Amino acid sequence: MDRRILELKDVKTSFYTHLGEVQAVRGVSFTLDRGEALGIVGESGSGKSVTSMSIMKLVQYPGKVKDGQILFKGQDLVPKSDKEMMGIRGDEIAMIFQDPMTSLNPVYTIGDQIMEATMKHQGLSKAEARQKAIEMLKLVGIPSPEKRVDNYPHEFSGGMRQRAMIAIALSCQPDLLIADEPTTALDVTIQAQILELMKDIKDKLDTAIILITHDLGVVADVCSRIIVMYGGLIMEEGSAEEIFYTPKHPYTMGLLKSIPRLDLAEKQRLVPIPGTPPDLLKPPTGCPFASRCPYAMNICIETMPEYTVSETGHRAACWLQHPDAPKVEVETGVKRGEI
Amino acid sequence: MAEKKQDVLLEVKNLKKYFTISSGLFGGKTEYVKAVDDVSFTINRGETLGLVGESGCGKSTTGRTLIRLYDVTGGEVIFDGAEIGHMSEHELKPYRKKIQMIFQDPYASLNSRMTVADIVGEPLDIHGLASGQARQDRIYELLHTVGLSKDHASRYPHEFSGGQRQRIGIARALAVNPDFIICDEPISALDVSIQAQVVNMLEDLQNEYGLTYLFIAHDLSMVKHISDRIGVMYLGKLVEIADSNELYERPEHPYTQALLSAIPIPDPEITRNAERIILEGDVPSPLNPPSGCRFRTRCRYAMERCSQEEPQLRDIGNGHQVACHLMDEK
Ligand SMILES: Nc1ncnc2c1ncn2[C@@H]1O[C@H](COP(=O)(O)OP(=O)(O)OP(=O)(O)O)[C@@H](O)[C@H]1O
Ligand SMILES: Nc1ncnc2c1ncn2[C@@H]1O[C@H](COP(=O)(O)OP(=O)(O)OP(=O)(O)O)[C@@H](O)[C@H]1O
Ligand code: SF4
Ligand code: SF4
Ligand SMILES: [Mg+2]
Ligand SMILES: [Mg+2]
Repeated sequence: MDRRILELKDVKTSFYTHLGEVQAVRGVSFTLDRGEALGIVGESGSGKSVTSMSIMKLVQYPGKVKDGQILFKGQDLVPKSDKEMMGIRGDEIAMIFQDPMTSLNPVYTIGDQIMEATMKHQGLSKAEARQKAIEMLKLVGIPSPEKRVDNYPHEFSGGMRQRAMIAIALSCQPDLLIADEPTTALDVTIQAQILELMKDIKDKLDTAIILITHDLGVVADVCSRIIVMYGGLIMEEGSAEEIFYTPKHPYTMGLLKSIPRLDLAEKQRLVPIPGTPPDLLKPPTGCPFASRCPYAMNICIETMPEYTVSETGHRAACWLQHPDAPKVEVETGVKRGEI
Repeated sequence: MAEKKQDVLLEVKNLKKYFTISSGLFGGKTEYVKAVDDVSFTINRGETLGLVGESGCGKSTTGRTLIRLYDVTGGEVIFDGAEIGHMSEHELKPYRKKIQMIFQDPYASLNSRMTVADIVGEPLDIHGLASGQARQDRIYELLHTVGLSKDHASRYPHEFSGGQRQRIGIARALAVNPDFIICDEPISALDVSIQAQVVNMLEDLQNEYGLTYLFIAHDLSMVKHISDRIGVMYLGKLVEIADSNELYERPEHPYTQALLSAIPIPDPEITRNAERIILEGDVPSPLNPPSGCRFRTRCRYAMERCSQEEPQLRDIGNGHQVACHLMDEK
């Protein structure tokens, strides 16, 4: 069987607002295999959520995927009709959002909401669907699921609601699960439960996962490959080890230096990235990070660099990678195994 | 050994804050949320005390009660030698200046119809600290202190990024020359790359003006980074408090141990090999907390005694205090 489940080819998504075109995603390409967990990190507003909404075809008016291909199991989703997408969403591709309260329907029980999905997509009978709902709640660690299945969302705590969302998302055994900040609103102890669950389903059900988060600790834990976005573009992509131990892009390096390390006893001063991200109404023609980059050169402001790709697939869009670029002392990432 | 007397700025003794919730329109049964239930700690001058714990455990309520945004249900708040917990609004006025608060949401906490100059200048007017040219000079000075410029003074909050708005909130808090600032999740709403800007600034201001902080946050890595000591709360109780390195290296309370082990470290090799204590279940309702030790429903060491007797906070050396019956067995 073909392991490749998803391929994005130069996807561009814009919002046509009264102020002008907001170029939220400006040409994003990547691939994903079954059983693989891909992390997307990056600045707020860099296009992470819009990328995932583009895959689900849930970009709201006045937004639109204006260019590129989104190949899911080899078929392009971009030209698909809403009706065709309804069959795919919830069945083959499922999504978990940051705020479970906005995506759970308050007037139906948790059980009804799981049953709706399996009855619609898998043709289960009511009794079978109920049994399946109880199984799913148990899988996501809800205590006494046979009772809890009849609860309404408001009777669940925040962590339980998020787990119920995951139960709904997983009930049809999707091939691809997109989780956009699934644990941001949760406490760390509950986050740990959810992350264990995600690792579990990836390994046991061979589900492909895209995990979007601002928490570098979370991607380090769950994802084998990581994409770093900035200004609507992928700045760097590599294995988790490559991104954390040998980052190539100055934005990735800056991000790693701006977070405190819990495991280091010595207190170190944080190194913030000065300035603020670019305005996507008038995105810069050159490197979007240039206004904040300590290594910026003239060419960076004028022209967007191409990707330099290593044999392992570690790629970065930065002029420093160019063979003719001046050699600068760049700080590397986290020192491996430093405790 | 004659111990040097610590310079205590704030002493909280058996602080309680209960919220009443009456079910039913016409009174009916009155229930209490014991949001803060018998909490005691001290903060020394120039020190940062971090406060951590799960959502709803009472961190914000502790902060808001200290600053008298809420009435004190019980206990004492001694600030700079004076008991302020039960003062009248009139008596409190001079203290209102000395204690300031920075809030989580830099979007909601600034009045969108006021210019930056008026937002920062308002506390100067309220406390009659400066007017005319002196007022304007002070506003520019404050903006400069937090890394903004004069040119920003005439603009409105919506014209600023999240990190800049948080700076405006900090400038406003600094306007009255406070001694003590309660920072309630001051960086949670900010981007990772911007959080460091604000944290560094808080550290610089502390060094320069000798400020004392109570720093409330979810991000335990950041709390450890900024705090000298850390208190851990669970369901309205302080369960452990210690020097921050001591707490991270030798957590004694089973809840603290689970909390710390759950934090994902931004280093793939370390975090994947870390041993996690996964807590079962959710935080119980504060309306109906478990008897005895409130953590017992999720504690892997719970004993019979834990359901009958409430463990008290006890010093196990070096100011490291723990509330757990296991401490008796050591
Ligand atoms: N409905 C919309 N109308 C106009 N612009 C939009 C809309 N939705 C998103 N955008 C813009 O698209 C860009 C990308 O937004 P997106 O939500 O993908 O960011 P993100 O990387 O997910 O950020 P965060 O970490 O804050 O969630 C932003 O500049 C945002 O302002
Ligand atoms: N004004 C109020 N009226 C009634 N109950 C309240 C009120 N404010 C807080 N509570 C309750 O008191 C408890 C403690 O809340 P608090 O906001 O102090 O928690 P917290 O530790 O700051 O949580 P978070 O991390 O989510 O901010 C919660 O159970 C909360 O629901
Ligand atoms: S291309 Fe230039 S500005 Fe952009 S990250 Fe590389 S060095 Fe910095
Ligand atoms: S007192 Fe008992 S239940 Fe509470 S933390 Fe200690 S061992 Fe666990
Ligand atoms: Mg987003
Ligand atoms: Mg709070």
